[in-house]
Amino acid sequence: MPERFLFRGARVVDPAAGRDEVADVLVEDGVVSADGGSDATVLDGDGLVLAPGLVDLHTHLRQPGREDKETVETGCRAAALGGFTALAAMANTEPPADSAAVIHEVRDLAAAVGLCEVFPVGAITRGLEGEAMAELGEMVEAGVRIFSDDGQSVPNARLLRNAMTYVRAFDDVVIAEHCEDASLGEGGQMHEGLISSSLGLAGEPRQAEEVIVARDLAVARLTGGRLHLCHLSSAGSVELLRRARAEGVRVTAEVTPHHLVFSEEDLVTYDTNMKMKPPLRSHDDRAALRRALADGTIDAVATDHAPHAVEEKEAEFDQAPFGTIGLETALAAVLTHLVEPGELTLSRAVEALSTTPARILGAHDHGGPIEPGRPANLVAFDPSAEWSVEPPFASRSRNASFLGRTLRGRVVHTMLGGELVVADGKAQR
Amino acid sequence: MGTSRLMDEAEIGRALTRIAHEILERNKGAQAVVLVGIAARGDDLARRLAEEVLRIEGRPVPVGALDITFYRDDIGIRAEAPEVHETRIDFDINGRVVVLVDDVLFTGRTIRSALDALIDFGRPTAIQLAVLVDRGHRELPIRADYVGKNVPTRKDEDVRVALREVDGEDAVLVADLVASRTKERT
Amino acid sequence: MNRHLLSIHDVSAEDVVRILDTAESFREVGTRVIKKVPALRGRTVVNLFYENSTRTRISFELAAKRLSADVINFSTGGSSVSKGESLKDTALTLQAMGADAIVIRHSSSGAPLTLTRWVRGSVLNAGDGTHEHPTQALLDLYTMRDRLGRIEGLRVGIVGDVMHSRVARSLSFALVKMGAEATLVGPPTLIPPEAPAWGVQVSHDLESVLPKLDVCYMLRVQRERQRQQYFPSVREYARLFGLSRTRAGLLPEGALVMHPGPMNRGVEIDSDVADLPRAVIEEQVTNGIAIRMSLLYLLLGGSGAEGAPRAEEVGADA
Repeated sequence: MPERFLFRGARVVDPAAGRDEVADVLVEDGVVSADGGSDATVLDGDGLVLAPGLVDLHTHLRQPGREDKETVETGCRAAALGGFTALAAMANTEPPADSAAVIHEVRDLAAAVGLCEVFPVGAITRGLEGEAMAELGEMVEAGVRIFSDDGQSVPNARLLRNAMTYVRAFDDVVIAEHCEDASLGEGGQMHEGLISSSLGLAGEPRQAEEVIVARDLAVARLTGGRLHLCHLSSAGSVELLRRARAEGVRVTAEVTPHHLVFSEEDLVTYDTNMKMKPPLRSHDDRAALRRALADGTIDAVATDHAPHAVEEKEAEFDQAPFGTIGLETALAAVLTHLVEPGELTLSRAVEALSTTPARILGAHDHGGPIEPGRPANLVAFDPSAEWSVEPPFASRSRNASFLGRTLRGRVVHTMLGGELVVADGKAQR
Repeated sequence: MGTSRLMDEAEIGRALTRIAHEILERNKGAQAVVLVGIAARGDDLARRLAEEVLRIEGRPVPVGALDITFYRDDIGIRAEAPEVHETRIDFDINGRVVVLVDDVLFTGRTIRSALDALIDFGRPTAIQLAVLVDRGHRELPIRADYVGKNVPTRKDEDVRVALREVDGEDAVLVADLVASRTKERT
Repeated sequence: MNRHLLSIHDVSAEDVVRILDTAESFREVGTRVIKKVPALRGRTVVNLFYENSTRTRISFELAAKRLSADVINFSTGGSSVSKGESLKDTALTLQAMGADAIVIRHSSSGAPLTLTRWVRGSVLNAGDGTHEHPTQALLDLYTMRDRLGRIEGLRVGIVGDVMHSRVARSLSFALVKMGAEATLVGPPTLIPPEAPAWGVQVSHDLESVLPKLDVCYMLRVQRERQRQQYFPSVREYARLFGLSRTRAGLLPEGALVMHPGPMNRGVEIDSDVADLPRAVIEEQVTNGIAIRMSLLYLLLGGSGAEGAPRAEEVGADA
């Protein structure tokens, strides 16, 4: 039976169509529809914003291998509750996604759950060992559009050059790099600076990121290939990016909500939920990241959702793994800390969380525009609803950098392919 | 109600002289006697007693100071750890008569602590107690051998001894506890 | 005073004076025949040493015993991860045993702070990673005050691997807090670039600094740092930054030579310098017991409770 929904009177923010106005949106049989609908389930949109479903370029679903931290199912549920209708799942699973087999497994698991569309990311190198190219062609045939060794950088420039050149045989494939020089970053627990030296923690200078950003941009220039820079953290990286963009290098970049909100000062209590790679850096870095996101130099916001088991994060600081979860808080964090104070327009925020990542990922059914005939992948949220970030979370893990904070912005409905997977803030599965 | 003066400088002087005579009388001279004053102020009084004995008998008497803070029975009960003072006992107390000296005898707990502390220093032949003021309200079976003045007080009163060495003047003062507490806070 | 001592930043300048003054009384106790007072009778102090350190552990153990406390020693040889039981679980066990104070030494910076989340008693940091070693700094201040009569205005040189030294951090912070002048001396690779922001001077020329010092504080240099390429060789390090007999002669008369121990004789300090009268290294050890007694007494001697009676309120209850 075709399901009909009418989102009535919401503020429709659709950057792909250049639209920001109060309107009704009708959904029928999985797509946005033009008909004046009678006998549709009415979803009251008064006070809500209706946008294309969010798209995350950077999530760790941990399955296969570390189902204790997260599974495809729990990760997708967290994503749906966070307003995401699509996500890119990174390849550093156990075993890593360096072949079609793991790619299919992850995609099939996601399809069975049906809460979010998962685009598995393929590893660039076999086993993520950084030595030999993985069978990229086979993975492209399995539907992969993004390759990344995220967790580390491709260790040598020649290998990166070869990979970037090789994938030019395929349409629109992008190499996404985690930029960190292993030798400069070795042993680093947090940003190298006054705070790390006072806390007695080994620091990682921002140059650990910048030298690889510079290297990768040079290789992108050399090969003419598409490069995507993951989770940028440094003002210097932003500058390199800006210059390369101006020269026509085909590069895109993302930044995480935690790098937009927090800084090295949030580590003075040795809070392991603030321990991540790249590390939280200085106020100046944070300001540069915010400006770059606002002016489009940085294209997208991505969560780098990185679940870890409770006991692992409760260990001594230097023993705790790096990472924070973020699918359930990303939208609210951006709304509360950037849109509300006026540093980012709502439209730009939606563009960074949905429209642009969809385009980078090649997820054509997502990101808008919201118009008749296009698949109904939508999110309706209340930008002023206040809530406190406390467990239980949909994610299996609890290591939220925003733990204990109050945020504004709550997802009310998430619609995936015309089906309400989240209704009134509750997951339907 | 304010503060009233129970003893002035002259009265304190006479009391100390009398106590010195009593110590000598009871112990048949100063040969076996050592004076140990309980810090703070008890040690200043002990030094004055030693001067009196020297004046009366021509004989110097060893004087020491004993801080009993570490032997108190209320450690861990008050908000902050009690303040410490100096202990200096440069002589052997084994086989001597120790006269403990304190300014005010009240509940008896300080003296109990002093007895425990002294025993850790050795085994005296006897321990006697000299106090300038006995204000009653004993909570332990302790009594003084030599008393400057017996002063009946209420429990909610505060008796303080001021000494020239520490406070610039000699006096024994009594005040309402509430008033004196408020005074301290301002 | 705070309930815990995790860092020098936990105590004010007034607290430091109080700690040192109280330690005077405990030093006197150490001269008695019965070196014991009943002040902490019935209390339990746990030594939780994840790093091997016989001298510090014994110092704390003696301190607690001389206060009549019961002492439990819990020493593992490595980190909690390698032993299998997490720090959290160990903490909860100690809590269940009724530990009033936990003295912890650990190779991870921040471990003592993490411990405070799980225990109700007082936590004393006996050295955490490359972060701080506050009791060492306090006993060093005590030694300086004892020998030189003051701390304010003293010119102290801290020489060696400051980057990896928790002692150097605590001591620097403590000296700045008490109005002394600290100068860090060492190769640029071993001095944190942010150090000037701590309020200290930095120099890479030992011989120019020595004649202007009241105290020359030598840090231990681990041979491992040479393997990690912070300096080319131990030989060169000793040549440029070691305190030889000749160099020690550049110190003004009356200046002290100090070292937190254990010493690498022949590397940062020559044997014959370590044995000079001006080298007060053994005094530092003795003073360590008095300081640790003072800290245990001040941390556990009060209830810390908001409504508890203050000393003055109950009147002179002699």
